[in-house]
Amino acid sequence: MPSHISFWEQCLETSEESSADAMEREDKGSFLELQNISKRFHGVQALKAVDFSLLPGEVHCIVGENGSGKSTLIKIISGVYTAEPGGEIIIDGVSQPRITPAGSIKLGIQVIYQDHSLFPNLSVAENIAISHHLQPGRSLVNWKKIRDMASETMSKIGVSLDPDRLVEKLSIADRQIVAICRAIATDARLVIMDEPTSSLTRQEVDALFTVVRDLQGKGISALFVSHRLSEVMEIAERVTILRDGMKVGTYAASEIDDRKLAYLMTGKEISYSSLTEDFDRGKVVLDVKNLKKKGNYRDVSFKVHEGEILGITGLLGSGRTELALSLFGMNPPDAGQIFVDGKSVRLHSNQEAISEGIGYLPEDRLTLGLVMDQPVGDNIILTVLERLLNRLNLIDENRRRSSVARGIDDLNIKVSEPGVPVNTLSGGNQQRVVLAKWLATRPKVLLLDSPTVGVDVAAKTGIYGIVRRLAENKMGIVLISDEVPEVLYNCHRILLMHKGRLVGEYLPHQTSEIELSQKINEG
Amino acid sequence: MRGKTGIFFKSTEFYLLLVITGLVAILTVATEDFFTLENLFDVLVSYSFLGIMAVGLLVVLISGGIDISFTATATVAQYVMAIFIIRHGGGWWLAFLIPIAIGITLGALNAVLVYNLRVHSIIITIATLNVFYGVLIFVTKGKWIYSFPDWFANGLRLFEFSTVDGIVYSVSLPIIVLLGVLGMTGFLLNRSSVGRQVYAMGGNLDAARRMGFHIFRLHLFVYCYMGMLAGMAAVVQAQLVQTVAPNAIVGRELEVVAAVVLGGASLAGGAGTLLGTVLGVTLIAVMQNGLTLMGVSSYWHKVVIGLVILVSVSITAYNRKLEERRHAEIDV
Repeated sequence: MPSHISFWEQCLETSEESSADAMEREDKGSFLELQNISKRFHGVQALKAVDFSLLPGEVHCIVGENGSGKSTLIKIISGVYTAEPGGEIIIDGVSQPRITPAGSIKLGIQVIYQDHSLFPNLSVAENIAISHHLQPGRSLVNWKKIRDMASETMSKIGVSLDPDRLVEKLSIADRQIVAICRAIATDARLVIMDEPTSSLTRQEVDALFTVVRDLQGKGISALFVSHRLSEVMEIAERVTILRDGMKVGTYAASEIDDRKLAYLMTGKEISYSSLTEDFDRGKVVLDVKNLKKKGNYRDVSFKVHEGEILGITGLLGSGRTELALSLFGMNPPDAGQIFVDGKSVRLHSNQEAISEGIGYLPEDRLTLGLVMDQPVGDNIILTVLERLLNRLNLIDENRRRSSVARGIDDLNIKVSEPGVPVNTLSGGNQQRVVLAKWLATRPKVLLLDSPTVGVDVAAKTGIYGIVRRLAENKMGIVLISDEVPEVLYNCHRILLMHKGRLVGEYLPHQTSEIELSQKINEG
Repeated sequence: MRGKTGIFFKSTEFYLLLVITGLVAILTVATEDFFTLENLFDVLVSYSFLGIMAVGLLVVLISGGIDISFTATATVAQYVMAIFIIRHGGGWWLAFLIPIAIGITLGALNAVLVYNLRVHSIIITIATLNVFYGVLIFVTKGKWIYSFPDWFANGLRLFEFSTVDGIVYSVSLPIIVLLGVLGMTGFLLNRSSVGRQVYAMGGNLDAARRMGFHIFRLHLFVYCYMGMLAGMAAVVQAQLVQTVAPNAIVGRELEVVAAVVLGGASLAGGAGTLLGTVLGVTLIAVMQNGLTLMGVSSYWHKVVIGLVILVSVSITAYNRKLEERRHAEIDV
């Protein structure tokens, strides 16, 4: 399409502009310089001739879809992988032909992994000062030094955690603080953060950004790797975009917006249009009356029609997930009634919910939704095993095969064959496997809890498309999410939840992203 | 672990201490012989070799691995040591040096296999247990060894003293070695960098690798340490019973695993304390001794030990569940 080409050209132009801008800044000397970095795994080209540079004190963001090579690039910088010959890594003006994990730490490069890589069984102080144990020539532990180092580091960024507390007892946000403290406890020059905001609430993200700006003031660079574009764009100065292992370009954050970023990442223009109320409003499939659960939520009443996509949004901790779990029988309510297809039901277990025609796509698909090391096919039929039994009460191989094939086909899951384990798939494809699993139960109502967390832009669009198609096929859908655009562009109606209560109802074409975000934060 | 009395009252160590105190009270009332200096000394001496091996296993468990082969290592070490000192003489230093060297060698073999094959250490060490033991039986034809030199038979004794009824007590070889091993391991685990690295690796292996820990060296360290203590336990056991027999130690590995796990060490790695292990061994020792004194058949000992392990593990699991529930409420 010609319009695409012109848009693309426009992007390329700005790319050159910004790199010229960067050249100017490079005169001050960049901290990190990567030239012509390539990496190949078992014949798959993960990175191809990537150049990259980072200035001292710069906040830079690397974005790209799953499989675009972001993680590989990080691992090459941190010495976990070695780049192929022909590439060069220059740190502080010195070429580093061979970087090991320990070597990169010595050069001042610290990585905060998505899982934080902390030691849960050790105290906060020992985690922060873990490098103490690794000093060459040190064989004895100086506990006082460890505590001093920990409290000094924490005061550097203005946080105070109990140094004796075990890390396994901390909240996710506090663990992240410990990980940051550990990273800057030694003389860090560059802190790399892999998906730092994906498990944080908005307030915690703000606190994190304050810390990052503080580091920046001390001349420490920060490199973000993230999916959550809108958040990262708040703090990044420059953005480097990777696609299919190649660098698309580096841009100043000011010259880029969500749409352009999404386009550059995927190479596809993604259209956002909200649904109107004009759907085939059929009978009520789910009717919830005065549902109440102490400490979770109260006075919750709403209806979902056939073919309707109902959005429920609210902050983390507003009770939205607890409500979803109640509707799925895993968190029985104290009072109130639930009707499915006009029939009053009591849900005390998820088996009951499934047999009443309710499906649930959990927020944490890794722990609740999938058996990660089992094949894709086995995951899809997990919820419908009893329907596949033959006369001998054994699983009928033909029915199993056709069920699996239907699931893979319907949802366009990209797998070479159904026998590959789920954990080898990308986030978006994993999410499709969970969806396929629930669709196999042929539910009347499908509850989706944050269905696109950790899924990249293109895969998101794919999932939204599937959800809309399901609604067109008369399924009632409840979409729970704290991402405003997600509910705004994919729901017929939006309910706002705050501190355990439903406090407002909105129609997407009568509200805006800004209004809705404000309402969510005010309650 | 450091300070904080509040944490102590919630710990495995505290529960174990309660159980042991209760058990001691019951046995003191139920039997005449239990709470006598003679009996308690006997228990200490005869369980010290189990204690020494338990301490070695604790270090392996903390690192995130497990070693089942240590009983075979100890038996091999015992045979070589006994044959050598009977044929060529020597002194205490040689009686310890030989089994320690053998223990370290076999431990290193375990470490190399566990590290390079990336198969769970329980499988590797069950295999090496069979290999070590099988080769030993083949070479020695399973012969028993008696007739130790006099110096070995007499053992080592410090601080001899006698009570009014004329029984002589002393701090003998098993106690000396046990105390030495406890002191050394306590220092190692809490005060040395390598000890803290072992804890860290057991807590999160991936993180340890990313932080630049020498994972192979740490493996080598823990399995060799286990081997070394197995070698020392071998000397203690041989001296105590004055014989070397192929089936004296092999077969007791699960008893040692039970004692260490009872003491709060986790099979998942990263957790466990020296005090807990000492209490775990003490509980098993007191239980077996008490059952013997009450005239209960030794077959029942196993039943009782099994039940105690089940109960204690269930309590731990239940506590964790409570903890999780408390945690979940905060999240809402």
